[in-house]
Amino acid sequence: MRWISEHSRKALLIGLALAGIVQLISGSLDVYYLNIGLMAAIHVALAVSLNLVNGYTGQFSLGHAGFMAVGAYTAAALTTILPESVPALANLEGVGGQIWFLLATLVGGGAAALCGFLVGMPSLRLRGDYLAIVTLGFGEIIRVFIQSSETLGGARGLSGVPPLSTPFACIALAVISIYICGNLVKSTYGLGYLATRDDEIAAESVGVNTTRCKVNAFVVGAFIAGMAGSLFGHLLQYINPSQFGFLKSIEIVVLVILGGMGSTLGVAIAAVVMTFGLEQMRALGDWRMVIYALLIIVFMIVRPQGVMGTLGVERKARKRKTKAAA
Amino acid sequence: MDVFLQQLFNGLFLGAIYALIALGYTMVYGILRFINFAHGEIYMVGAYVAYFAATALLPVFGVGWPAFLILLVVAMLACALLGVGIEWTVYRPLRDRPRLTVLITAIGVSLFLQYGGQSWLGAAPRAFPALVPKTTLSLGPVQATNLQIVVLVTTVILMLALRFFVMKTKLGKAMRAVSHNVQAASLMGINNDRVIAVTFAVGSALAAAAGVLYAINYPTINPLMGLMPGLKAFVAAVLGGIGNIPGAAVGGLVLGIVETFAGGSPVLSPYRDAIAFGLLVLLLLFKPGGLLGKATVEKV
Repeated sequence: MRWISEHSRKALLIGLALAGIVQLISGSLDVYYLNIGLMAAIHVALAVSLNLVNGYTGQFSLGHAGFMAVGAYTAAALTTILPESVPALANLEGVGGQIWFLLATLVGGGAAALCGFLVGMPSLRLRGDYLAIVTLGFGEIIRVFIQSSETLGGARGLSGVPPLSTPFACIALAVISIYICGNLVKSTYGLGYLATRDDEIAAESVGVNTTRCKVNAFVVGAFIAGMAGSLFGHLLQYINPSQFGFLKSIEIVVLVILGGMGSTLGVAIAAVVMTFGLEQMRALGDWRMVIYALLIIVFMIVRPQGVMGTLGVERKARKRKTKAAA
Repeated sequence: MDVFLQQLFNGLFLGAIYALIALGYTMVYGILRFINFAHGEIYMVGAYVAYFAATALLPVFGVGWPAFLILLVVAMLACALLGVGIEWTVYRPLRDRPRLTVLITAIGVSLFLQYGGQSWLGAAPRAFPALVPKTTLSLGPVQATNLQIVVLVTTVILMLALRFFVMKTKLGKAMRAVSHNVQAASLMGINNDRVIAVTFAVGSALAAAAGVLYAINYPTINPLMGLMPGLKAFVAAVLGGIGNIPGAAVGGLVLGIVETFAGGSPVLSPYRDAIAFGLLVLLLLFKPGGLLGKATVEKV
């Protein structure tokens, strides 16, 4: 695995080539599995971007679905609501439509990033579970606002979103997210994120601007989540506020935890495995969620660092200490 | 003015429910420093225990106040056991782990109870039987039902009992000691495990009481009913200053009143659910310790 780590340019190119191949042969693939695969790719982007905030920077965000909602609704406003009044945009098929969709997705990401900035601000003063609750509250606030906005379809949701999410777009987003997040934390600049997580006071005293690290992590994470939200909406062709509720945020957190906080590749793998796994368990009905909950509990007790996670500095040090004592 | 008083009363009623749930959050947080996310689900279980107990016991006791009291006690006992059971099986093995690990586990427990309830009992809401015939009373300009007054009275009694327990009994004193400093408390010969179990038992019993009180007033219950009140009660606990028992009561009442007034105004009512969280964000930005909380100083 050495030659193909998540931060190498080679991996990025291979990933993009793969996206292109899937795009070319998508006509002959089973639609059901193709769609699950694309959903998995979107989950990869979501999980990897949340990992930047939760895993690498050590902030605990429970509102990732909120950013996703902002991106999904902003982009859908540009591709679904706006064309109703602008006839030039009525036909979104072909290359022109894809370009407009790319723009809409970027704008959606930008809007989410702005929200990320706003949520990142309180994180300067809050830590741990307080921050978790504020981000959770933020996600709920967004949901309630969308729910009571008639233009955005209210609680009924917004249907008729054009099917613009191509297989290439979904997989490319996943690959690029892995590339960006994997590289970011390996750069000298990104080491500040890890320092912020491991010991804020120590980081601050050696000149790391922890405030900027935290806010940046939120902004980058939210930007990717917003884009993922846009692809999510244009893949399902229907969005409604309850898709972006508390449960969705938890779902993304669980992916990060299972994959291992602070392991981009682990988180990406967890996202793919869980998306397929949960889809296969659909036959179990409500029991699926019970198993899901048990999985979280057991995992936390048995292996809290996730499948591929590394222990934080603190726990490693403690482990060494206990070993020395023994 | 009349409308104002009426809304204030309705707010007090809602706030009393929030306050009872918030007490459990705050007590657990005060001792273990973690958010017991599953607490809202205990409230739901409390309502369901009372529902099943009612279907079994109502033919024996008949409708009336004794039935209400018996159901309240049954639900509180059952949930106290459940709370201790959860602490014993899930949280105890995680005692020395990072707080976020425990937080995520608590979310897992919460999902487990929600969806376990949904698979086992069905997602459809159930009608909670009327335990006491409802009558409307006029207290000056305020219209109140006897059930709403029962809620207020029960809440006040439970809070006074809790106050007595925490301030005057030996176990309560131990609880305060553990919340002050876990290590020092155990060096003084306090059995931490027992204190923590008692905290879970008391907090869960109070949440169960809130569930029963809610169910007699809004007589439908469903397995997901604990989610929103649970989150809001947590907000209430933070509002009052988490870890602070009188603070949780105050926070609950404030939140209930603010929400009721917002719900009464045509402009704000669609955003009712967002208000609690908006309030929380503002409070944490300007007074992170909460209304009655102390500012904490971080030592380097």
